[in-house]
Amino acid sequence: MWRDHLTEIIIFTLLFLLVSGMGFVAARWRAPKDMAHLDEWGLGGRNFGGWITWFLVGGDLYTAYTFVAVPALVFGAGAMGFFAVPYTIVIYPLVFLVLVRLWSVSHRHGFVTPADFVRSRFDSPVLALVIAITGIVATMPYIALQLVGIEAVLKAMGVTGESTIARHLPIIVAFAILAAYTYQSGLRAPALIAFVKDSLIYIVILVAIFYLPYKLGGWGDIFAAADAKFDASPAPGDGVLLNANNQLQYVTLAFGSALALFLYPHSLTGVLASRNRDVIKRNMSALPAYSLLLGLIALLGYMAIAADVKPLPGASEGTVDNNTIVPLLFDQQFPSWFTGIAYAAIGIGALVPAAIMSIAAANLFTRNIYKEYLRRDATAAQEANVSKITSLVVKIGAVACIVFLDPQFSIDLQLIGGVIILQTLPAVALGIYTRWFHRAGLVAGWVAGMGLGMWMLYQISSPTRKHFAGSAFPLEKFGFDTQKTIYVGIVAVLVNLLVAALVTLALRAAKVAEGVDGTAQDDYFADEGDPRVTPGPRADADAAPEPVA
Amino acid sequence: MAAPDPEAPPTASARAKDKSPWNWLLFIPIVVPLVPAFFNGDSPRLFGFPRFYWLQLAYIILGVTTTTLVYQLTKKRGDR
Repeated sequence: MWRDHLTEIIIFTLLFLLVSGMGFVAARWRAPKDMAHLDEWGLGGRNFGGWITWFLVGGDLYTAYTFVAVPALVFGAGAMGFFAVPYTIVIYPLVFLVLVRLWSVSHRHGFVTPADFVRSRFDSPVLALVIAITGIVATMPYIALQLVGIEAVLKAMGVTGESTIARHLPIIVAFAILAAYTYQSGLRAPALIAFVKDSLIYIVILVAIFYLPYKLGGWGDIFAAADAKFDASPAPGDGVLLNANNQLQYVTLAFGSALALFLYPHSLTGVLASRNRDVIKRNMSALPAYSLLLGLIALLGYMAIAADVKPLPGASEGTVDNNTIVPLLFDQQFPSWFTGIAYAAIGIGALVPAAIMSIAAANLFTRNIYKEYLRRDATAAQEANVSKITSLVVKIGAVACIVFLDPQFSIDLQLIGGVIILQTLPAVALGIYTRWFHRAGLVAGWVAGMGLGMWMLYQISSPTRKHFAGSAFPLEKFGFDTQKTIYVGIVAVLVNLLVAALVTLALRAAKVAEGVDGTAQDDYFADEGDPRVTPGPRADADAAPEPVA
Repeated sequence: MAAPDPEAPPTASARAKDKSPWNWLLFIPIVVPLVPAFFNGDSPRLFGFPRFYWLQLAYIILGVTTTTLVYQLTKKRGDR
């Protein structure tokens, strides 16, 4: 019952109202002369320094859903769930050099989205459209999942109702407020709120990580309890350590997820909003602080086992919702005022990425669909306006996904999202280094990678589900005599690359036109202070002609 | 393919900024955390943590050190 959680609800509500106020005030923070430009609304003026970028990108990559789902995975499967740690370690050295090149070329040409870059680099609006749609489709379920994070907290506070609408009313209200201040303040809102969100999360986790083991008898006891649970369970893949059959899955999932993360449009939004190349490079060293946090949060899953937390029932009869274990652990172990703070940290933690993701999706629509196909002569102010409205539509869509569909559907889609966003790797990530691939080859590779990825995901079954039961594909199904599994995304992107290369060779032999590279070699090294790296509205020589107002 | 631009002449120092042998160091924190043989074991334990957990958390330090090192070593070349 919610009455037992009154203190928690009051603290949660107060902190929520505080950040909502900040969201509206953010429009005046580092205020621009003219907000009616995508560089201002969608990229916060392209002028964020090291600290803001750290909070913004950190708040964006390490979402509320991550903080709820990773410990839930560790709670359910053990060591496998810890893949999030190597994943978020290898990513930074991996993209260290790539992102600065993308930053430079984007600032010279005024690119706002990865698809903008692809359009100019490969002279292909079609390829850009493919990249944009992939980005939007991969981002949408991610936004919906942030709601799952908030819902886990609301459930633990007993804020539930009988009817569908009553049960979801708090989320609808929360998202309406979020939509309003994102509409008004753009990227400045999540950037400002991220300070509060991350401070709260760091406080909560530091307390949890020292206080809970002390209460639960020390780390040795916590791991022993987890070990005992997995020994008793009949599932073959779980355990405190990996076994011979899931090591390949662990490594390919960590590596594949790392490759995918910065292909998500919302990750790039934070990167492109930074002031110069140095800010990005310094952040590649500073962002792993969040990985440490994530690793410690993952271990909350074992603490929940040691504390004998029983997850609340799921949406359908007979299932359990493992996502509720962290909120329940806090509720059981902490005094209620601190639980309120912890819940607020998760709830606000959902708002920051949801805002950035909706902005990124809106920018993709505006730049690569609206401006490319619907209204080629759109002015900067019209672009900003379309993006603002699209961000509202995107959020309504995300709420509708959660309210009217089984949340499991969003989780499935997000699983698919990781695989499909990886299919933009050849065009976006490799495109930053080479123009060797033919534009039609890249489209062909994308089609092949998508097709194979979907087929593989469809084939994966578990005792409870026939299809889409995870991303671990048994190699047995390819005809190998083994029990090993592999991450679908890696296989799909390798096939994608292979097809792209073969089609490129064929088209080059047939002398099919390749278009003109809109970027120059030197663009990839430009930095702040470069005469052609201009802040604010610019006359863009390379993109479609744009009337200079 | 790249057309020289009369407005902004490419500067050699700007180009040198990206290229450095030190960049190869970045491969260490990409490859090492992805070798299960290193971390997939129970002993030795540290503060009650099996090796699987403390070693992978320690890899964060490896990553931070390497990226910081590469940043510092490559920064001075062609300084603005």
